[in-house]
Amino acid sequence: MLSQIRPALVATLFFTLLLGVGYPLAVTGIAHLAFPAQAAGSLIRDASGQVVGSALIGQNFAKSEYLHPRPSAAGTDGYDASNSSGSNLGPLNPDLAKRIAKDTAGLQAEGAGPVPADAVTTSASGLDPDVSPANAARQIARLAAARTAPVSEIEKVIADNTDGPWLGVFGQAHVNVLKTNLALDAAWPMAHPRP
Amino acid sequence: MNPQGWAEIVLTIAVTVGLAWPLGLYMARVWKGERTWLDPVLKPVERLIYAGCGVKPDAFAAKGGQGWLAYAMSFLAFSIASFVILYLTLRFQNLLPLNPQGFAGLSPDLAFNTSVSFITNTNWQAYVPETTLSTFSQMAGLTSHNFLSAAAGIALAAAVARAFAANRSENLGDFWVDLTRISLYILLPFSIVIALAYVALGEPQTLIANVTAHTLEGAKQTIALFPTASQEAIKQFGTNGGGIFNANSAHPFENPNAITNLIEIISMNVLSYACVVAFGRIVLAAKEARALVAVMAIFVLGASAAIYATETQRAPALAAAHADASVNMEGKEVRFGAPSTAVWAANTTGASDGGVNGMHDSFMPLGGGVAMFMIQLGEMLPGGVGSGLYGMVVMALIAVFVAGLMVGRTPEYLGKKVEAREIKYAMLAVLILPLAILGFSGVAAVLPVALKGLANPGAHGLSEILYAYSSATGNNGSAFAGLSANTPWWNTTLGIAMLLGRFAYAVPVLAIAGSLAAKPKLGATTGTFPTDGPLFIGLLIGVILIMGGLQFFPALALGPIVEHFQALHAVAAR
Repeated sequence: MLSQIRPALVATLFFTLLLGVGYPLAVTGIAHLAFPAQAAGSLIRDASGQVVGSALIGQNFAKSEYLHPRPSAAGTDGYDASNSSGSNLGPLNPDLAKRIAKDTAGLQAEGAGPVPADAVTTSASGLDPDVSPANAARQIARLAAARTAPVSEIEKVIADNTDGPWLGVFGQAHVNVLKTNLALDAAWPMAHPRP
Repeated sequence: MNPQGWAEIVLTIAVTVGLAWPLGLYMARVWKGERTWLDPVLKPVERLIYAGCGVKPDAFAAKGGQGWLAYAMSFLAFSIASFVILYLTLRFQNLLPLNPQGFAGLSPDLAFNTSVSFITNTNWQAYVPETTLSTFSQMAGLTSHNFLSAAAGIALAAAVARAFAANRSENLGDFWVDLTRISLYILLPFSIVIALAYVALGEPQTLIANVTAHTLEGAKQTIALFPTASQEAIKQFGTNGGGIFNANSAHPFENPNAITNLIEIISMNVLSYACVVAFGRIVLAAKEARALVAVMAIFVLGASAAIYATETQRAPALAAAHADASVNMEGKEVRFGAPSTAVWAANTTGASDGGVNGMHDSFMPLGGGVAMFMIQLGEMLPGGVGSGLYGMVVMALIAVFVAGLMVGRTPEYLGKKVEAREIKYAMLAVLILPLAILGFSGVAAVLPVALKGLANPGAHGLSEILYAYSSATGNNGSAFAGLSANTPWWNTTLGIAMLLGRFAYAVPVLAIAGSLAAKPKLGATTGTFPTDGPLFIGLLIGVILIMGGLQFFPALALGPIVEHFQALHAVAAR
């Protein structure tokens, strides 16, 4: 057993340096040269250069002129991008039933047809950047009214920010909420103060 | 359920198995010590490691390798050294560099649990990574052990392959040589390529800990960033599964779109299948290897289909609120939906990976039950890298033994007589699973200190306990994540379960390898039970199901199965 101590220690330390330090640093270096935007987190900046969010990370929108994201269980108030989490409520948990009943009732008046599932369920990460096309479609009337814009124009903005399944097979169609809202603001600027 | 969903599931599994063939043939070259196209770059590094370790690199010669006991000792010594160094790194991360958020050192029980978790290739995470671990701990602590625990598992698979190829020999190869070559020639180069692909597709890779965004509505959002892509690559490729973020591969930074999702699913299974292909190459039993791959893929396909079906059942809470209840979207991401989540869940639980792209705790009762059952079947479908192969070989030995009992002949597998000694060791290994899972679950189910951690009432609570010990013992690492497992009870007992699942399984397997290697290699005769056809595939599936099913069915009946009927009742009552 004693003869094993030297290789055990040498191998562990050497590989810790190579694989735990060298490998991630090398990938970081190449990534920053080849794909700087993605490596930094796909951040989106406004005209003044301030970061307004990441294209990949969901954030809350509550005002009527914005497309609303899914509910979030990340952090205490939701959408906490340094504390990702799902609700982890079981399918029969009474707390889940209560929350979904309350949220669904709130959305029922907004449009016709059943409330889409993704509009009243929390995502796995709590940071889902997308909503389903059905969920977005159900918000179009509200968006058009708040922005005094024609419904067909809003539909077009949403369609522009919708991605279908990859190769028509992998994944589901989804509408990016932040990109949609930026496009809405660009087309119909709202006179609300920015911090 | 729709044709697109079914096409996604079938294509994902087919592409994975297809890619395993070239990778497996390459792996066989690495196991045999043959030249590869990476030699000009890596050979000097390899020599340097051997010099530092004091290992003679002629282990591929007929003499000079290790017998099973020496191989096992090296494996254990390496695991102990890994544990000590990782424990100290985590315990004292506050004194180490690259800790921009100023996180404190981990508590003793959490450091124990986490170190055991990463050296056993489990990657159970009792903590929220983005608020617990420094960048240095993530990289030097966890990323490196993602490689090393995977390499150690594959090394054992190589030793088992040599045992079947050997003819009256003691030589199983050299653990240090295997560890080095597998890390350098397989895990590292592929991880670099995969990591860069992930960055191109949107995953962050930065040493900056976080940025603050000012949202359009005037709120502030702190966005955690890490060297994500580099860890994501080896996390999946080495069937590790421990996420940089709490939400694991459901987090949009770890898994931003359908393409990364596909690559992540493929990479978490392809190496485990490739180990079987390499095994077939070394033992000169390509047809038998194909039969083992078929068994694995059949299980994964079946489990994917079952979970897809359950997650498109009417979800009780949605049905009650008269919302669209056609997909159970609680704990799922819109870009993935039911099919991507289902095929991921089957692959991650079958493969001992444990990464998730949806929350298993919020699955429909039978969906979570199928995921749990895949773990309980013993993590060989296709199992962890390396460990899946030797788990499957143990099952194959039991299957030929059962067949031998039926016809009254001494069973053989791949030219080796399977006798009482091998079967005793095989049963010893196999019985660890029910012992640890049911034993610990039984105690936890009546212990107030354990029950405090449960997030859900009723049958679902029992499922959380069962899932936790299944995941730990199977070295899987996924969770019904509502369970608050960062307490001394859970950290300690789950740590012990992980140790049992890894070492109390691997050592008997090496003993079997030693015993088989010493036997003469026999040619097949007309009396040999064929182990490459549909008959054997059916027998092996039966043995796996009976071993898993009979042991765990009573416990499952009290958890997911009873909850399933409660769910049906709840929907019917509307």
